[in-house]
Amino acid sequence: MTSIDTERTVSLTVNGVPREARVPVRRVLADALRDDLGLTGTHVGCAHGVCGSCTVLVDGEPVRSCLVLAVQVQGAAVTTVEGLARDDHRGGQVLHPVQEAFRECHALQCGFCTPGFLVTIAAGLEARDAAEEITEEEVDELVGGNLCRCTGYTNIKKAVRHAAATMREDAR
Amino acid sequence: MTTKLFGEPVRRREDARLITGRGRYLDDIGAGALAAAFVRSPHAHARITDIDVEAALDVEGLVAIYTYEDLTGPMAEPLPVLIPHPQLHAPRTGYPLADGVVHHVGEPVVMVVATDRYVAEDAAERIVVGYEELPVVVGIDTARAAEHAVHPDVPDNVAARHHQETGDVEPALAASPHTLTFTQTIERSACTPLEGKGVHARWDPDDGSLRVYSSTQASTSVRAAIAAKLELSLDRVEVIAPDVGGGFGVKIVHPWPEELLVPMAAMRLGREVKWAEDRREHFVSSAHERGQRQEVTVGFDDDGRLTALDVHVWHDNGAYTPYGIIVPIITATQLVGPYVVPVYRVVVESLYTNTVIVTPYRGAGRPQACFAMERTMDRIADALGLDRAEVRRRNLITPDQFPYDHHLTFQDGRPVVYDSGDYPGLLEKLTALVGWESVEERRAEAAGRGKLLGAGMALYVEGTGPGPYEGGHVQVLGSGKVLVSTGLTSQGQGHETVFAQIVASELGVPMEDVEVHTGDTRRFGYAVGTFASRAAVMSGNAVALAARGVREKALRIAADVLEADPSDLEIDEGLVQVRGTPGASIPLRTVAVLSNPLRYAFDEAAKQATQFATHDDTKPPVAPGDAPGLEHRDYYSPLRSTFASGAHAAVVEIDPQTWEIDVVQYAVVHDCGNVVNPMIVEGQVHGGVAQGVGGALYERMAYDADGQLQNASFMDFLVPYASEVPDVVIDHQQTPSPLNPLGIKGAGEAGVIPGSAALASAIEDAVGRRVAAMPISPSELYDLVRDDTAERTAASTRRTGATA
Amino acid sequence: MKPPPFRYADPGSVDEALDVLAAEGDGAKVLAGGQSLLPLLAMRLAAPATLVDVNRVPGLDRVEASAGGVRVGALVRHAGLLRDTAAAEVQPLLARATADVAHPAIRNRGTTVGSIAHADPSGELTAVLALTGGSVTVARPSGRAEVGWRDLFVGPLETSLSGPAVVVDAFFPALAERSGTAFAEIARRKGDYAVCGAAVVVTLDEDRRVAAVRAAYLSVGPVPEVHDLTEAVAGKPVDSADWAAAGALARTLVDPDTDLHATADYRRLLVGVLTERTLAEAAAEAAGRTAA
Repeated sequence: MTSIDTERTVSLTVNGVPREARVPVRRVLADALRDDLGLTGTHVGCAHGVCGSCTVLVDGEPVRSCLVLAVQVQGAAVTTVEGLARDDHRGGQVLHPVQEAFRECHALQCGFCTPGFLVTIAAGLEARDAAEEITEEEVDELVGGNLCRCTGYTNIKKAVRHAAATMREDAR
Repeated sequence: MTTKLFGEPVRRREDARLITGRGRYLDDIGAGALAAAFVRSPHAHARITDIDVEAALDVEGLVAIYTYEDLTGPMAEPLPVLIPHPQLHAPRTGYPLADGVVHHVGEPVVMVVATDRYVAEDAAERIVVGYEELPVVVGIDTARAAEHAVHPDVPDNVAARHHQETGDVEPALAASPHTLTFTQTIERSACTPLEGKGVHARWDPDDGSLRVYSSTQASTSVRAAIAAKLELSLDRVEVIAPDVGGGFGVKIVHPWPEELLVPMAAMRLGREVKWAEDRREHFVSSAHERGQRQEVTVGFDDDGRLTALDVHVWHDNGAYTPYGIIVPIITATQLVGPYVVPVYRVVVESLYTNTVIVTPYRGAGRPQACFAMERTMDRIADALGLDRAEVRRRNLITPDQFPYDHHLTFQDGRPVVYDSGDYPGLLEKLTALVGWESVEERRAEAAGRGKLLGAGMALYVEGTGPGPYEGGHVQVLGSGKVLVSTGLTSQGQGHETVFAQIVASELGVPMEDVEVHTGDTRRFGYAVGTFASRAAVMSGNAVALAARGVREKALRIAADVLEADPSDLEIDEGLVQVRGTPGASIPLRTVAVLSNPLRYAFDEAAKQATQFATHDDTKPPVAPGDAPGLEHRDYYSPLRSTFASGAHAAVVEIDPQTWEIDVVQYAVVHDCGNVVNPMIVEGQVHGGVAQGVGGALYERMAYDADGQLQNASFMDFLVPYASEVPDVVIDHQQTPSPLNPLGIKGAGEAGVIPGSAALASAIEDAVGRRVAAMPISPSELYDLVRDDTAERTAASTRRTGATA
Repeated sequence: MKPPPFRYADPGSVDEALDVLAAEGDGAKVLAGGQSLLPLLAMRLAAPATLVDVNRVPGLDRVEASAGGVRVGALVRHAGLLRDTAAAEVQPLLARATADVAHPAIRNRGTTVGSIAHADPSGELTAVLALTGGSVTVARPSGRAEVGWRDLFVGPLETSLSGPAVVVDAFFPALAERSGTAFAEIARRKGDYAVCGAAVVVTLDEDRRVAAVRAAYLSVGPVPEVHDLTEAVAGKPVDSADWAAAGALARTLVDPDTDLHATADYRRLLVGVLTERTLAEAAAEAAGRTAA
């Protein structure tokens, strides 16, 4: 018999770490990450799926975490902006090339939408053949689904090219 | 040699936390706080007949419900008129919670506090408010017709009649060889930062103090408002603006009802309370701007030179006027732009409507002003058959005319006197950058591809950095760390970086040693706020002056130790040294230690300053007039605003089948005086241009006649994605301001100002029909081009014969 | 903007889902991709008593392309269909239309079948289902049945389905021989719901003359409609057919509405323009698939 619940315990992997939370079934993933798991790097900009600020990776693919219920990611692997940098095994962190590129290219101002851009672009760049030079169409596709009110996108596109170039360099 | 950082594209220090998810925005604060939600009016104008909370009471997790009846003392009085003005003859403001009557959809009526926001919304949904609907006034025409009044005691709906004139305009017009009269409209838009507003409050009952975090542009003033409204001593209230997810003007308004109600609830409940505005709330209960109707009469001579200008503006100020008539004044005074206007008269009538309040949105009345003036230039050119750039050139104030007095009074109550500029230089750079001379060739080339190409331009002058003042505090610690604080707030402008650059340059220390704090009343209590492109001008100069004070004191102390004359000393990389004498030096951090005579030592460095380590017993350890510590506080208060300027050009291609508008080129020439960090200034321009394009082609607040906002979501209010924003090419000009020590002018708003004017001009140039209403969508453009009564431009008739 | 309270079940089979739907009654709603439902919940414009999440039902995530057409399971995401080259081979419109669905992050989660069940007249795949003469398979406690698109769409955001029912797949018939298709839409912002869109199919006879022309439109009218435009170009050689005439005919057949983003007249204009443009493209494809 299928259970019908108002609350559930959700087990998932977040940024490589197994986590568990008891949540009301109506709680959206964004709120569970922020309020139940304390990962406030993911921001809610519109709560109706248009702005992309809350984008996280679920099993490696970008999704709007305001449009997914927390109970739906049972067993899934979620990556948030906090999980983009890698441990350098010396007590520090190595930033993802797209994080470096955002800083280098001044691709953020207030920073509120930034986490959504970062995870979307990181996933996109990792899914492509790093050895290939990135095309403008690819750049447009990677930045095209998120709203930014500060930067006018020019420097975000520049950062995507910059990160792709870095990854291309690393792939050689 | 000094540490040169001023003027360099230094990478931002804020970014380290923001790109790793370690930013701390309002809603990231106070995990476990109670959550507030609001019952907001669904009607644009109605009398509240009853509030029935019964059904909400059994919602599990409900903590408290507040209505107007629960407000006491100053909280039960109307919200303040923040910026009074003699010409604002009928100011009206709302209450923190509606007192019997609501005047716009979204006005807060009931506050609910519950264990979390989900539950708070559940309870709010169950509260039944009875309304008796009243007649609704929406739109400028309806407000002017005044068949109904938004406020019964303001029967003509006119809140203010702002009037300025520089001479006798009617005879000047009568004597003009040519005159033109036309009307234009510009619609409502809004800031829509990606982060909405938000407030978190924590009351400490043991020491009777209140800490409030607010996503605000003005923490010191929010603090004062809270203290006044909640009857607390100012020293018992601290307000902190944490990382703020964009402002663009909407967060300068204060106190928002929620900024008072959330602390009130925290005090009454003895619990932390938080409210994080959601997107729908932001659309219907924050602020909008831009909506104006303009009637322009211009006189000019055969060469296209202005002889007189008479402008009447009707400005939609929404339901209340908490921010006074700042936007109308800015429109009125910035309209003259970079031009010589021999006689100018302007009247702005500010009108009440049953809509969300209207307060500054980046540009703050200037986009409308620029639209009026620049389209006037286009019309003069069209009437005389002259090139649009040439008509502008003939009317520009020339570099030898500065300081140039327009004989107007600006938004800060000070005269509109342009301090410096090179407007012909801007125009020359712009025409070169966009290729103005080759537009006709490109038009022909585009026509070959089946596209209608058009080009347009717009120039502006922007008063930036208004007073009254900002302050800065710089302190060198014994560790060598340099603490910098200023009271104004940051919403993404990179102040931590820019102010650190300034202080590091002034003081001669490595930038890594400098730590900057903004918008925290615990660190700096006196401030005005971040608005009107003023942060770099005001706080930039204030922290520079404070750093100079520290430097002077450091040199004085070091001179004693080094037995040298202070004028022979320099500071570089944190080391005070005798110029030209290697080895004769003392680290600044040691100077900091020595500046504070000690009885108690707690580390090695401190021992140098203790009472048995120092030997001069001829004077007291702290000399009269001196103070312990290597720190200085200073203020910058300008005589008047400094005027930045710029010029934009846009080239559009229009599909004559679908009337889609493609901005194929966008060029900017920008002059904000000396630039502290060119990377950040360019970023400000990029962002401004995107908002300008949004305002011209995509964004509008669509109210229906009942005062319902039809597009209160990001699905229907069309903030551009990257796909809608053109690439921008930028050229710079630097005309330093003579008014402030650093020679800088503000840069924050500039990018947005000429968008609608330049794009209207370009579209008009492409289609040959007069574009007098912005924004414009493809659907509206289609209506315009097939309207037989729509005015054709003379240029199009000349270009194509009579067949346009 | 937080969803109202509801109860939640994630059954492991279609039968279990139907059991829950039957037990919970009218207040129960099926949740698949959720990209349209969750915004409605956030705005509290929908308040289902129970959400029946079918994401754990095995077997619904398959795309089956056969000579007759493409069957798309209820859990196939837009992104999955977009990547499916076999499906694109059989019915090229699927990939062409899906490419215009929102943005990648939405396509990663939203489902083709869900958007059809949502019955939005601005949905890309509702138009494609209509144009191709497709159908959906509806599972009910009484068994499974095919429901043709014409019987499915009743009004904006409204289908004929009632009572316990799960749409388990959608079937898009294959592109007929000597036929070509094209899809185009115009949106205010890239990725937005279209102001107007057109999906068309052109079929030639063995002499490469136009035999049949049909079009379906997005955001035009309350439910998807298929318009036969053949008469405007019937029998014309494919290279010299007057597609503008077909566009003109289309304009007379549609009855669009005015909304915030466009007037009815403008939509009618776009119907004409998009019809002409897509037909030219589809005809070229049809010609390429027809032996000279």
